[in-house]
Amino acid sequence: MALLELKDVHTFYGNIQALKGISISVDEGEIVTLIGANGAGKTTTLMSICAITPLRSGQILLNGKEISRVSPNKIVKMGVSQVPEGRRIFPQLSVSENLDMGAFLRTDKEGIKRNMEEVFAIFPRLAERRNQLGGTLSGGEQQMLAISRALMANPHLLLLDEPSLGLAPLVVQNIFEVIQKINKERKTTILLVEQNANMALKIANKGYVMQNGIIKSADTAAHLLENEEVRKAYLGL
Amino acid sequence: MEYFLKLFLSGTAKGSIYALIALGYTMVYGIIQLINFAHGEIYMIGGFTALIFGGFFFSKGMPVGFVLLFSVLLSIIYAAAFGYTIEKIAYRPLRGKPRLSALISAIGVSMVLQNFVLLAQTEKFLPFPSYLPEFKWLQPYKEYINSTQLIILGVTAVIMVLLTFLIKFTRMGKAMRATAQDMHMAQLVGVDINQVISMTFIIGSALAAIGGVLICSYMGQINYYIGFIAGIKAFVAAVLGGIGSIPGAVLGSFVLGWTESLGTGYISSDYEDAFAFIILIVILLIKPEGILGRTRRQKV
Repeated sequence: MALLELKDVHTFYGNIQALKGISISVDEGEIVTLIGANGAGKTTTLMSICAITPLRSGQILLNGKEISRVSPNKIVKMGVSQVPEGRRIFPQLSVSENLDMGAFLRTDKEGIKRNMEEVFAIFPRLAERRNQLGGTLSGGEQQMLAISRALMANPHLLLLDEPSLGLAPLVVQNIFEVIQKINKERKTTILLVEQNANMALKIANKGYVMQNGIIKSADTAAHLLENEEVRKAYLGL
Repeated sequence: MEYFLKLFLSGTAKGSIYALIALGYTMVYGIIQLINFAHGEIYMIGGFTALIFGGFFFSKGMPVGFVLLFSVLLSIIYAAAFGYTIEKIAYRPLRGKPRLSALISAIGVSMVLQNFVLLAQTEKFLPFPSYLPEFKWLQPYKEYINSTQLIILGVTAVIMVLLTFLIKFTRMGKAMRATAQDMHMAQLVGVDINQVISMTFIIGSALAAIGGVLICSYMGQINYYIGFIAGIKAFVAAVLGGIGSIPGAVLGSFVLGWTESLGTGYISSDYEDAFAFIILIVILLIKPEGILGRTRRQKV
């Protein structure tokens, strides 16, 4: 059984249909990537999983349980965390308060403390700036904070939306290394949305290509990297 | 100088009351970007509830201290229940719809409540007995400040400290701040925003009820219409300070209280209500986002 399964998901914004029947499956322990151009529906897919933009029809199953009518906070409780597009740091909260918010539903003080030390070990920069307001961090630091905040919930499934957006190549490299590390060391399953298809496919097991609200092709990441059409359209080769 | 001090202190007391009401406006606005026009009515209902229960307890021969305590507690509970219910039936179904819908709904609720009290009670001004204690030791200074004013100042100060603590350090407070800054993101970390929004209305309404009891005790009368003008003034105070900002609402309220008091004292009492709007226009011309308001910069 897949950890996460989307079956024929349709999502609308008012009268505009953003998702026209998406089916995706993510297995335990995998890194799965969702690639495609702007406006393909990648972000909407993640927001539908988290129940922020509820679907009109279709099914979303987490561990075989239907979650498409569950409220967003309960989905977080079930072990799904998201690093949204544009990072969405709470600008007027300090770095450590942002991290505390990530652990909002947890009650184990000891565990939260240990977790915070863990993320500070991954991103020492955040430790230096723990009392600074989130809004004053640089783009790269905000991305680190966004990932750390999601990790503070100790998620089973981590959804990442364009973590490389607007960052310098070196920082992107660092972020991708951390994503792989999270997957390997914490055994966190990852669904990664990316425009940087090349880098995403290199670390993923499986990939889906989205276009105009539908899944255009689905294959192993290695196959997609070699696929002529994908190379032309998304890898710029 | 003596005259100034007198006006200044009465302005401070007035400002304290505005602050208790303005906080409800600014907290609700901070979280759901709604000007809750029914908020002034909550304040009026708080006053009426205290009047009714106070009279009842007093007629049963309860000691004054208990009458005060129970009538205030009941008025807080009553007002909080009103705030909670109004949000649930008049605003929640309109969430996610254009903002104007909820605003019109708020004006509707305000009219319904005013007329409800008008029909259920009376259109006349009713005397409001003060159960607040008189301090003997304050006698020599009563030129400057009377017992009721001092109590108003003290109660407001205590409430401000409690509220600051709640918002800064408690889990609910953090959830409120996070929701105000980014509602969807708050949901993504597991905040139940319905709970946060309900709580905001409950706290705001409770503060308004306390303000209602205090001001009615001070003025010695109550009427179904008092919520309207007080609501508008507190709204002006919240905008003056920067709507959405809690310290801004408090500061704006004091600025308004002082302006009114000094304006009536030095210029003319005929224009008491006009001063509120004059200062609003002046501040908005100089600093459109309010004294402590932030312009929202979008980082792309």
